[in-house]
Amino acid sequence: MRPTDTSNPDYFHKVVDCQYACPAHTDVPGYIRLIAQGRFTDAYMLNRKANVFPGILGRVCDRPCEPACRRGRIEDNPVAICRLKRVAADNRDDISALLPKPGPGNGKKVALLGAGCASLAVANDLAPLGYELTIFEKLDVAGGLMRSNIPSFRLPVEVLDEEIQMILDMGAELKTGHPIESMKDLLEQDFDAVFVGTGAPRGKELNLPGRQEAAANVFIGIDWLESVAFEHTESIGKRVLIIGVGNTAMDCCRTSLRLGADEVKVMARKPRAFFKASDWELEDAEEENIDIIVNHSPKEFVVKNGKLTGMVFELMEYDVDNNGKITDQHVTGETTISCDDVILAIGQDNAFPWVENDIGIEFDKWEVPVVDEMTFQSTREGVFFGGDAAFGPKNIIWAVEHSHQAAISIHKYCQGEDINQRLPDGQTLDSAKMGIHEWSYSNTYDGSERTLVPHVSLTERFKQLDIEVELGFSPELAAEEVERCLNCDIQTVFTANLCIECDACVDVCPVDCLTITENGDEADLRTRLTAPAENLAQDLYVSAELPQTKRVMVKDEDVCVHCGLCAERCPTAAWDMQKFTLHHPHTRDEADTPPARDVA
Amino acid sequence: MSFMSKPTVRHPKLPVNDIGLTVRDYEGGMSTLCAGCGHDSVTGALVQAAFELSIPTHRFAKLSGIGCSSKTPAYFLRDSHGFNSTHGRMPSVATGANSANRDLYYIGVSGDGDSLSIGMGQFVHAIRRNINMLYLIENNGVYGLTKGQFSAAADKGSKAKKGETNLQPPIDPCQTAITLGATFVARGFSGDKDQLVPLLKAGMKHRGFGLIDIISPCVTFNDHEGSTKSYAYTREHFNLAIAANFVPPVEEITAKYEEGTSMPVKLHDGSTIVLRKIDQDFDPMDRISALRNLQENAEAGEVTTGLLYIDESQPEMHEVDNTTKTPLVDLDYSQVCPGNDTLQKIQSRYR
Ligand SMILES: Cc1cc2nc3c(=O)[nH]c(=O)nc-3n(C[C@H](O)[C@H](O)[C@H](O)COP(=O)(O)OP(=O)(O)OC[C@H]3O[C@@H](n4cnc5c(N)ncnc54)[C@H](O)[C@@H]3O)c2cc1C
Ligand SMILES: Cc1ncc(C[n+]2csc(CCOP(=O)(O)OP(=O)(O)O)c2C)c(N)n1
Ligand code: SF4
Ligand code: SF4
Ligand code: SF4
Ligand SMILES: [Mg+2]
Repeated sequence: MRPTDTSNPDYFHKVVDCQYACPAHTDVPGYIRLIAQGRFTDAYMLNRKANVFPGILGRVCDRPCEPACRRGRIEDNPVAICRLKRVAADNRDDISALLPKPGPGNGKKVALLGAGCASLAVANDLAPLGYELTIFEKLDVAGGLMRSNIPSFRLPVEVLDEEIQMILDMGAELKTGHPIESMKDLLEQDFDAVFVGTGAPRGKELNLPGRQEAAANVFIGIDWLESVAFEHTESIGKRVLIIGVGNTAMDCCRTSLRLGADEVKVMARKPRAFFKASDWELEDAEEENIDIIVNHSPKEFVVKNGKLTGMVFELMEYDVDNNGKITDQHVTGETTISCDDVILAIGQDNAFPWVENDIGIEFDKWEVPVVDEMTFQSTREGVFFGGDAAFGPKNIIWAVEHSHQAAISIHKYCQGEDINQRLPDGQTLDSAKMGIHEWSYSNTYDGSERTLVPHVSLTERFKQLDIEVELGFSPELAAEEVERCLNCDIQTVFTANLCIECDACVDVCPVDCLTITENGDEADLRTRLTAPAENLAQDLYVSAELPQTKRVMVKDEDVCVHCGLCAERCPTAAWDMQKFTLHHPHTRDEADTPPARDVA
Repeated sequence: MSFMSKPTVRHPKLPVNDIGLTVRDYEGGMSTLCAGCGHDSVTGALVQAAFELSIPTHRFAKLSGIGCSSKTPAYFLRDSHGFNSTHGRMPSVATGANSANRDLYYIGVSGDGDSLSIGMGQFVHAIRRNINMLYLIENNGVYGLTKGQFSAAADKGSKAKKGETNLQPPIDPCQTAITLGATFVARGFSGDKDQLVPLLKAGMKHRGFGLIDIISPCVTFNDHEGSTKSYAYTREHFNLAIAANFVPPVEEITAKYEEGTSMPVKLHDGSTIVLRKIDQDFDPMDRISALRNLQENAEAGEVTTGLLYIDESQPEMHEVDNTTKTPLVDLDYSQVCPGNDTLQKIQSRYR
């Protein structure tokens, strides 16, 4: 293999599994260390820089970081990254002085459609630069699905209000009760750019026999949750069936329990391995004694005397191949399950009835707009999309990152710059060595199990709809959990010409990451390493030729615990532990950097 | 020296040996030697060899004298027996322990100072008695522990860290051992585990006294230019004479041997050492040839490595002395202590 090019920030970034998996590339190990030092405010601000809504996300983030966490490859459970974020939000001081102030007006006007997290995050990036921002929201309040769909027992309204207000205080004008009904009309107003953050607002229908007749007792999940959130719906039948097993289904079933249902079943077409809901959402539902019933495919609504009495399901069986893929399915029978109400939670679609089809904004055959994946510009110049509106339903953290990128584009567009010429990611590496045996991080491996977040008891939590179930970590519990973080951002950095091939690092590495051997291609090298290197998603770090024997140092990044022992035992400091900082540019950085100009 | 210990966390896919242990189960405490010390690599090779042989850890006894090298038994096989004796006296302790229990694997770890200066008298007699043990000299050409004085293994002309030149000729432990009738003599290099691990395995399985002289650089006091025991010098002058591969009894030897080039040597427990001649003049079964070649190569400034001499036919100490086959711990008290009557009878002979 060729020597690894560590000057490309992607290499070390990938080693920080959580940060790499986070769409917004939040500096996870960085903020965990700040929490460990009790610097909650700094931890919050570091988070906010990347993900804008630490208090919200510390409770309800989809947390792609956790399945990626290296700790999960070494033992079963990743670090409780998400819940540590909440600790920073819960314990921080007043941060108003630390937030960006509205910038002096720059004379450019931008319309932001929808007041969900996507538009709010664009406002967060553009307001400090002096843009005049108008947010148009259909509903009477801001927040989007975070307010209308994510139940308050998961996300308290005060947390939502506070983090939205921070952005509005930067100077964005919010016009609620103001649906946009014609894009054409909007484009005729004097906005310099338009951002569409209107989400994917249409819940999927299930057109089976009996659907019309049963209409009074069949609800579309996201609409139903919204009407619960705005207190238009305050009760539900005793026996409720939820169709679908994604995260919306989990919120529907738990909300039903709080509105008076006592027998709630979540009906899944496929076995558990194919569920869309996150493990933790399933666990939380099952903790509340929700029944999740697998291999039942809905067939028809049973209506007697004009009223829904149950649903017929086909009993399914699946053939699964060695890779866990379904190759075939069989219907083995039928069953009827009685119920009072049915909630459909089988997905969402984009819907843009208000975007005319003759204004240069193209859609694909699924009615999803055609949007550039880097710039988030639509097929019409100056019109940008982000969040669920861009590529269909995702989650909050994706919406935030879309918005960071869209904001860069909007800024460049308004300044007459090429939106395709963007600052690349950068990195800095600083040695973590503080003394002969001292490192600037807590490098000893802590074998503790994942700390559990305390919950409100099952007898208390149903008393009111908005009792937050999770209590969050106390600072004491957080202090235990932070030590589980492996500090993956403290990189092992190798300097080949210093190595005397004494083997000290190879011998001391507790997880057998290191090998000195003859070079070869990757597939071959992987068979010759100290420990099996079977995780192809994790890179091999290959050095230049070593001075004495011309062999190479190879590190399998897979399960390095960043203990620093290799660097500690290296007599020549050929290995060093260095803090990696990713510089993932935001609009502010683009604005601080003068645009590249042609030199005539 | 590291202040933190090696954590117990291990690679989730670490292989296990025939008795279900991983290589980590053969480790010991965290080394307190200088970072980069050759002795630590020897420790690593020992851990690997013991793991690969699937010997239960409590079947080993580790013995040592004084020196950085002699400290290393603390860093491998944490569940084994051990005795850290006084300077140069490890062979006596090994002789005693081996007399009492012939069933353990004995690993003596010594340094060039410990064995070739203060312990020379002990060293040669252990060879002469053909004690069934693996005797390692972790040879760095200096007294590492006492800050780098030349040892008796330092080459003539080798330079000390501060510049003075060694004027006395070295003692070559391999030549010495062959002269004294040692039955397994090898030389390895701490910086070449591919060679060292099979040598260690063969040495552990050899019946009788096995010596491995391991060039093991002292990074702190003897790894500079002008030293003949540095990593760089050893690599430049490394001359592999006889390669050895250890094959356990259960595995079939499938390779074909070219007559006169490769030769399998059967060990007493049914395993085999396959020797491969790199240096065609060298015959590791012929004492005179081995000695002559070693001397000639030394004159030419080469560090001759490999399995230099082997003789599986010689009886070890217990066979010569016709002692009981049972370790003393396993004998009845009445057999170990024949009682007052017998004592009286013996004493009456001397009245
Ligand atoms: C039940 C449920 C639970 C979820 N739970 C989570 C979770 O725990 N974690 C997570 O990360 N994600 C979750 N999500 C997904 C997440 O809520 C969305 O991905 C995210 O809110 C998308 O943000 P957005 O700003 O793009 O769109 P939205 O949040 O949908 O906001 C769009 C806004 O635009 C407004 N609007 C729409 N059309 C117009 C118009 N024509 N004119 C003016 N305004 C308009 C809407 O009223 C709305 O306020 C969940 C989704 C659902 C349905
Ligand atoms: C009786 C006695 N004399 C002298 C010493 C001092 N001493 C300690 S270690 C040592 C030499 C060790 O050299 P070597 O065996 O080569 O070990 P190394 O440290 O080089 O591995 C000496 C002379 C001692 N401990 N005891
Ligand atoms: S930091 Fe070094 S010693 Fe520690 S696990 Fe990673 S490679 Fe191994
Ligand atoms: S410890 Fe340092 S000098 Fe020794 S092999 Fe490792 S990198 Fe090379
Ligand atoms: S002084 Fe030399 S022999 Fe002793 S531990 Fe340090 S490097 Fe090794
Ligand atoms: Mg020495």
